[in-house]
Amino acid sequence: MAVITYRQALNDALREEMSRDPDVFCLGEEIGIFGGSYKVTEGLLKEFGPERIVDTPIAELGIIGLATGAAMTGLRPVAEIMTINFIIVGMDQLVNNAAKIPYMFGGETRVPLVVRTPSGASHQLTAQHSQVLEVWFAYVPGMYVVAPSNPADAKGLLKTCIRDDNPILFVENVLLYNEKGEVPEGNDHLVPLGKADVKREGDDLTIVAYSRMVPFVLQAADKLAEEGVNAEVIDLRSLRPLDIDTIIESVKKTNHALIVHEGWKKYGAGAEITAQIQEYAFDYLDHPVQRVTGVEVPLPYANSLEKEALPRQQDVIDAASAIVGKR
Amino acid sequence: MVQGAETQKASESAVGRFQPSTTSNQPVEFHESKEELQEMLHTMILIRQFEDKVYEMYTRGRIGGYCHMNHGEEATIVGSIHPLRPQDWVVSYYREHGHIIARGSEPRRVMAELFGRQDGVSRGRGGSMHLFDAKRHFMGGYGIVAGNFPLALGTGFSSKYRKADEITLCLTGEGATANGAFHESMNMIGLWHLPVITLIVNNLYGMGTTVERSQANPELSKRGEMYAMHGIKIDGMDVMQVKRAMEDCMRRASEGEPSLVDAITYRYRGHSVADPARYRTQEEVQSWRDQDPIERFYRQLLEAGMITEEDRKSIDARVEAEVQEAVEFAENSPQPDPAGLLDFLYVDPPPNV
Repeated sequence: MAVITYRQALNDALREEMSRDPDVFCLGEEIGIFGGSYKVTEGLLKEFGPERIVDTPIAELGIIGLATGAAMTGLRPVAEIMTINFIIVGMDQLVNNAAKIPYMFGGETRVPLVVRTPSGASHQLTAQHSQVLEVWFAYVPGMYVVAPSNPADAKGLLKTCIRDDNPILFVENVLLYNEKGEVPEGNDHLVPLGKADVKREGDDLTIVAYSRMVPFVLQAADKLAEEGVNAEVIDLRSLRPLDIDTIIESVKKTNHALIVHEGWKKYGAGAEITAQIQEYAFDYLDHPVQRVTGVEVPLPYANSLEKEALPRQQDVIDAASAIVGKR
Repeated sequence: MVQGAETQKASESAVGRFQPSTTSNQPVEFHESKEELQEMLHTMILIRQFEDKVYEMYTRGRIGGYCHMNHGEEATIVGSIHPLRPQDWVVSYYREHGHIIARGSEPRRVMAELFGRQDGVSRGRGGSMHLFDAKRHFMGGYGIVAGNFPLALGTGFSSKYRKADEITLCLTGEGATANGAFHESMNMIGLWHLPVITLIVNNLYGMGTTVERSQANPELSKRGEMYAMHGIKIDGMDVMQVKRAMEDCMRRASEGEPSLVDAITYRYRGHSVADPARYRTQEEVQSWRDQDPIERFYRQLLEAGMITEEDRKSIDARVEAEVQEAVEFAENSPQPDPAGLLDFLYVDPPPNV
């Protein structure tokens, strides 16, 4: 196993899949000559040329639509949207076209499309550059929404997504790009879609998270262990498909559940997961399911306000302790 | 050519800039065979009769949803789609019954789709606005106005990426050209010299809004220059003029020059079946009906000795039988099995979706 960054893991996945399959190409703003706004595609232009690493104008709707149309003719586009905030101006193509086309045309065509984009807050980027919007797309039947939390999953899931025949929103995270971790070597490291990962076993409560919140929650779980609370931590890996079976199995063991995500609380991912837990494990719950989330406000600039708006580890510790009756 | 405002005094009509042309009632030179020309006429009549039947079936409750028809646009449709080769792609929009028929799809499977039946071209999942035929590279009708432009950009990009000898014909109404998706797509098509012909079926009205009330410059073909593509305005009521323009555009596309074609035509009926079209006068509608594309083409063929009255009668009879057979087929096709509600949503999904 090599220890590499999340960014390098994504870069390796793109390189390997482009080498393996000539139908795979990348397109997006500043992915070529500039090397990628977050340098995920750095070096690929030199290796694959401008025909396969396509710098586009600033036109998110056009980018996603181009990729969708190309996918319908058998290519396997990987589109980069610089941040998930900008995906809103391209949303029509993703929701009204990519997600609908296979179904509304009765299976006559497929859309093997990956749209990569980073989500979440970082470094005082403020209201229009810090949103967590992937849940909007997870609402849409016909789409997958995948969100890896670590380098090994970043590589293995991206490779799986590129080989998959469905339209997929692949959610990265700005604050994860520099995180390092062990990644299996070789071209065959694939992580299956729809399988959550139990990152830490425990008997006292189940904490569900995804993307950046997974390492964040794991640190909180270590502190909880010092207080005698053994949390089981589940990394969802994808919001749709949602591996509810793994969550339910865990909740049946721990009888307590806490959901942690960076996005807004109401109508967020936690709302759906909570609903499913009560549908499938109501009789096993010893306490109402709780949520720790971002505060429902456009993210402000000032450090003091930004901190106040985002989930804190102490919030996780406090909520977990309260659920299991330690406080 | 269509007469512009500079050559003709604008009438009091809301679309005074655009008047039905009479110039192309001149003898036409044909290099096509009799059979090909008669086949084109057949397709135009088939589309007209098919749409008449659709209207009847809609009013009889056989067809639901939104239903937009092609009456009056037959020359634009057949003139642009007929010259395409099997490998070329067609990306269309929601007024596309005639488009998919011109592309060669079976009228009975189109009618079955409108009826919401299992044998429909989209297996009863799409309806009037979402017809598709993968085998004939008919890449769909789309219900979000202007949502089809980026897809045509994509099929055009794909042809170039694969170094394939293919052209994309992107069909659109003129109303859609006011949308941002048009600009994003045309810019990239022109920037990368993609083999895409964007043909505006300019029927002068987006629902009830005239082109002059929606476009800063209603001379839409002039936008071609801004996107580094060939721009041309043609008489969309004259099938041979459309076909000749398409042949030129196809040659240009294969040499890396995209085109923007503004084909001036008219829809005889309202925006959809439900629209009585009170925003225009009967006189205006009649002035376009007087230049009917089917009868004009028939006259051109008669004068050139390419058709006889007997031929016409047999075409009409053939069309009548085809349309009747389409309705019978659609009536007899079953509705999709409710157990198949989730079919086609995902390809090979994991068990837990």
